[in-house]
Amino acid sequence: MRLKYVMSEVMVGLWRNVTMTVAMIITMAVSLTMLGASGLIYAQVKDMKAYYYDKIEVAIFLKPEITDDQRTTLEGSLKSDPLVREVIYESKDEAFKKFQTMFSDVPAVVDAVKPGQLPESFRVGLKNPEQYQAVREAYVGKDGVDQIIDQRNLLEKIFNILGSVQTMALVAASVMAIAALLLVGNTIQVAAYSKRREVAVMKLVGASNWFIQAPFVLEAVVAGVLGSIIGFGALALGKVLLLDGSLSELTDLLTPLSWSKVLVMLPLMALAGTLVSSITAWVTLRFYLRV
Amino acid sequence: MIQLEHVTKTYPKASRPSLDEVSVGIEKGEFVFFIGPSGSGKSTIIKLLLHEVQPNKGRVHVNGRDVTAMRSWKIPAFRRQIGCVFQDFRLLPNRTAYENVAFALEVIGKTKAVARRVVPEVLELVGLGGKEHRYPHELSGGEQQRVAVARAFVNRPLILLADEPTGNLDPDTSIEIMRLLDRINRTGTTVVMVTHDSNIVNQMRRRVIEIESGRIVRDQARGVYG
Repeated sequence: MRLKYVMSEVMVGLWRNVTMTVAMIITMAVSLTMLGASGLIYAQVKDMKAYYYDKIEVAIFLKPEITDDQRTTLEGSLKSDPLVREVIYESKDEAFKKFQTMFSDVPAVVDAVKPGQLPESFRVGLKNPEQYQAVREAYVGKDGVDQIIDQRNLLEKIFNILGSVQTMALVAASVMAIAALLLVGNTIQVAAYSKRREVAVMKLVGASNWFIQAPFVLEAVVAGVLGSIIGFGALALGKVLLLDGSLSELTDLLTPLSWSKVLVMLPLMALAGTLVSSITAWVTLRFYLRV
Repeated sequence: MIQLEHVTKTYPKASRPSLDEVSVGIEKGEFVFFIGPSGSGKSTIIKLLLHEVQPNKGRVHVNGRDVTAMRSWKIPAFRRQIGCVFQDFRLLPNRTAYENVAFALEVIGKTKAVARRVVPEVLELVGLGGKEHRYPHELSGGEQQRVAVARAFVNRPLILLADEPTGNLDPDTSIEIMRLLDRINRTGTTVVMVTHDSNIVNQMRRRVIEIESGRIVRDQARGVYG
């Protein structure tokens, strides 16, 4: 009986003020979508770091005039270096072949370069990619070494871009969350006012505080949960239409976004929506209901 | 049953206290009138007994419990032992007489089955048999106050507080309501009534406590309005 009473009060409450309810759900949904998106970017960047940092290498390009002795000494010291995981030598021919396949769809570029023009190099994999600076300092002045390039620099740029997108999403989520918060507060105020007679009688005859407050708090929670479900739908739609659809060429470069990661966002968003709305409702009630 | 010890209550921004060092004891089963001019502080007593306001000084004991020291989460359970009737009835306009009384039961966790058994009984007791399904606007003032009394009494409280219950009623209807309160008092319920209706006080010949400017100026066992 009590549950039925509370639930019917919640439904009546949401319906009585339906425009406000819709506004509350929409802002909540947008805010939670942003939150979910930033969560996804965070998880994705973490995955990509783990995946790529294993594969990236430091390229030590050699001077064209390098002698065989210098090359052997360099290779020897690289192989015995405790920071180094593996060393692969890439000759001028190999570099040219790699170049040809890489730019096979742009014949003009391939034609412009002749075999032997590209420098030979050591491809060095590090045990810990963060120690690039130490490796660079150890080899930068050595005989026959021309240039040392860390591939991580490239990735860092991508991660920086993703990072700022994530920050933007978080900022948008917070701003929308403030709007959602105010709407929840306002809705609760209106609800408390329209039920002031009932609340007065309930207080008078000794209804427990939770019994008086529960319908109001639940009203906000229902809106929060609906908002999170809609937000999750928007996120899933975004994956299907954008990442797997029109932006698929871009996303091929990055590691693919799995459905399991997207699914994890649902309970996360529902939790955030429920917490934000119930706490706001409860705090508002402390001011406007004074039980 | 009710014990006020040196109770002083000054509302914020008020120049003088509403109640000034008031001490009074009311036994179980008594029928007591608090009388006095408007603003004398008599309604404050009802608010103190309901724990709606807190005294600045002194103690309030109700049914053996110190109300002043009571934790806020205990107040609901405490209020279930007290029924309350007001001048303006305070009925829910969109509910019938039956629903208004049943509401008071349902919000304290009683089942619909209990309500179905108890509510018709108490409506019969207050003389509203046959009018259970009327809405407040379809009832006369006296009948509305009967619904309010039924709601206050349905939980069989130990104490019934009445704040000017006849203030909005004509003399004949007032007397009917007083008969009803008298009947409830005879079941053993302590009744505390705040009023400035001299006719009623004179007719009932019950204990009268007169308050003026926050002080008790008279306490008479079978008194008149004076």
